[in-house]
Formats: sequence, structure tokens, C-alpha cells
Amino acid sequence: MIGLVDYGVGNIGSLRFAFDRIGLPVTVSREPEVLDMCDGILLPGVGAFAPAAERLIELELVRYLRDWAAKGRSLLGICLGMQLLFERSEEGRPAPGLGLLSGTVTKLATTNRSSHVGWNRVVDTRSNMPSHYAYFVHSYACHPSDLAIVQATTTYGATFPAIVTRQNVSGCQFHPEKSGEFGLDILRRWARGEL
Amino acid sequence: MLTKRIIPCLDIDDGRVVKGVNFVNLRDAGDPVVLCEHYSASGADELVLLDITATSDSRQHILETASAVAAACFIPFTVGGGVRTVDDISQLLATGADRVAINSAGLANPEFITTAASQFGCQCIVVAIDVRRSDDAWHVFSHGGRIDTGRDALSWAIEARDRGAGELLVTSMDADGTKAGCDNEITRLISESVDIPVIASGGIGTREHFRDAITEGQADAVLAASVFHYGELTIGEVKAFLDDIGVPVRPLSESYISGANQ
Repeated sequence: MIGLVDYGVGNIGSLRFAFDRIGLPVTVSREPEVLDMCDGILLPGVGAFAPAAERLIELELVRYLRDWAAKGRSLLGICLGMQLLFERSEEGRPAPGLGLLSGTVTKLATTNRSSHVGWNRVVDTRSNMPSHYAYFVHSYACHPSDLAIVQATTTYGATFPAIVTRQNVSGCQFHPEKSGEFGLDILRRWARGEL
Repeated sequence: MLTKRIIPCLDIDDGRVVKGVNFVNLRDAGDPVVLCEHYSASGADELVLLDITATSDSRQHILETASAVAAACFIPFTVGGGVRTVDDISQLLATGADRVAINSAGLANPEFITTAASQFGCQCIVVAIDVRRSDDAWHVFSHGGRIDTGRDALSWAIEARDRGAGELLVTSMDADGTKAGCDNEITRLISESVDIPVIASGGIGTREHFRDAITEGQADAVLAASVFHYGELTIGEVKAFLDDIGVPVRPLSESYISGANQ
């Protein structure tokens, strides 16, 4: 069972459909006793960093997610959910991230567009795996302190992480649930512990 | 490199695709879900579903359609047509739609765009702008292009962006249906004046029109309807052509096979 963290931020519907498609049961919850029964939990997120970070504090999910990760259990953050895994973001008012990965989140260095919207190439940094295209929508990008956690990158203005993994904690800047077959396979691989 | 998006648009009336759809190989080309699956498999980067009736009955239909599309197609899609209230947006996004397109309601009450963007996030809000050339300027039209609001298209585009639109869908009503190409002049004027993506639409009839909307019009994406529905061009043909001339596109050969690289 995959737990989708329901904290009012993010497109839960599409993620649910994506897991349905790959045949993995999901539950949508913010209750510790429900999430506890899951094999892995996924933190979605769209919008701005601070309101989402504050919402996690409000719902007492910060401690829960930190404990979850400390137990070595599998956690995947998507888009803003990935950014929340880091220590802080320069977006909006100051608010602490979960701090499960060290590093910060900064504004994209772009030219005439303020956001990165659309399909871009994702390049695997570890293997000679052929690169694929994924769907991104964001204006800020993660800067991990330890570059060894970067599994894949993409380039828009600058090159930044598309996928990070440190042991049981992973993040994905693009939307796997909107990135066609490649995206579905990313979810499959995460669920198998192979991201 | 960020690719230019090719977006088929489906006009939907009471749950059925309208405008000529000419796919003999589809089991039901009038079924929006079947058509969306077809386009998704053919390399569409995104989909737009436009509810052209927007009566209270068809609201329910479009919600059901959007939900079925979200369950079947794992690419982004936008729903537009009759989006008037925060509640409309909330219901549409809950189906799994990625964005909603606001048109007449935003013109009648520009504050609606501000409210929608702050409540749902800019990335969810597309403002659709229907323009017609009027002497040496462009006016914005509402109600499916029937009513001249007298507003200047460029200043409305900038206002929509300032109010929080995440993307602009610019349709040239003069060109719409002519297959004579987009109005690249207004597309470019708008594109160079805002820092959000601009989707060019109206008048696409050939591969070259896609190219021109991107190069001359500086569009980030191009939307087309009948040229795809009538089978005059496939998305693959358009992308192959654009790729040949150096326009970045998500390749059609991107037929990702699960597990192929493990």
C-alpha cells in the first residue's frame, strides 16, 4: 500500500489514477495510524513553499515524516513535495523544510520566462541509460549539499536535479503522474525501491 | 532543453466531441476519452478540453469526461468553457485536470483571475484571450468571440499575467477556421511582453504554421483542432518537421517501454 499524504496541497487525483494504472493500491490520508500501515509514502505538492511547509507543521506531519524517514521507511516527494524535503527555500516568507536532505531551494535562473513549464529531457547521472522526457511545472529548484544524491538532472537556464535519492528518501522535481509511460515507470521503480 | 508543446484541442458538447472528427480507426471518435487516448499515444504533449455548451447539464458531463481523461491519459490537460466560479475550478481540478482556462468570466470580473490564482496557484490558471484585429490594434472578444469588449489585447494579456495567470492561450478569431496560419504578430507582441508561457491558436492548417507560430510568434506551445481531427496532419508529422528544422520537440520515438533500461 502506498500512502498519499493529504495535506490539501497537490493533485492527489492524478496520482491516485497513476498508481491505479500500475496496479498498486493507494490510500489518501493524513492520519498517522493509516500512514503507518503503508509500505511507502508519497508527499505531493504544488504551489508555494511557505504555505505548504506551514500546513505540514499545522497538521503535525513534520515530526511524523521525520520519524518515518528516520526509521528507514520509503518516502517520495514530488515537485514541491521534493523541495519540502530540503532545509529551506528562498521562495516567499521564511519557513523550514523537513530537512531530510541537506541543501536549499532557489529561484530558477531563467531568461524570459519565470517558470519551467513543459516537457524537458531527464538525464540519468549514474548510468548510460537513454534519457527521457518528463513534464515539469516549477519556478524553484533544489540545490543539494551532497551532489552524490542526484540521480538525474534536467537543464533549463541551469542544470538542476530532476531526481534525488538518499537511502530511503527520494524526490522528483517533475510530475511522474503526468509524464506518460516514463513517469509511470518512475513510480513503479520507486515502489520497488529502485529509484 | 525545454521543448515546444503541441496541443490538440477538443470541443465538447454534452460529453461528445464536436467539429469534424475523421478517424476511421477509432472505435468511437466522438468519445472524448477515446480521442484523448489516441492523441496521447500519438505524441500530444498536452490536451485541451473545451466545453462549448456549458449548460448546467453539460457541467456534469465535462466533470465526468475530465475524470475519465485523467484516469486514462497520463499527460497534462486543461479544461475550459464556462469556468465562472471558484467552485467550478475546484470541481474541475478535483477530477485530475491540471489547469482550467478562464475567458469571459475573467473579462467580466478581472478580480476572478486574481482570486483563482491565489486560491489554486498560478500554474492552474490559463487565461484564454480571443483576439481580433481592429485597424492597427487587436481587441479582446468575449463569449466565444461574439462580443467586442473594446479592450486592447496586449494590455489585457499583461493584466491577466499580473493578476496571476500561469499561462495565456491566445486565439486569433480572424484566423480561426481559415487554416491560413496564426496571427503571429499579436502572438509575438504578447509573448515578448509577459514572462509566462503563451500558447498560439487559431488558423493552424499546415506544418509550416506550427513552425511560424513558434519562430515568428515566439509561442511556447501551439494548439490546433481540425487539422488533427480531420487527419490532415498527425502530431508525429508535425514534430518530425519541427525537429528537422531545429525546433526542440519531445520526440515521437519517445515510446518508452517499461523496464527497457533496467
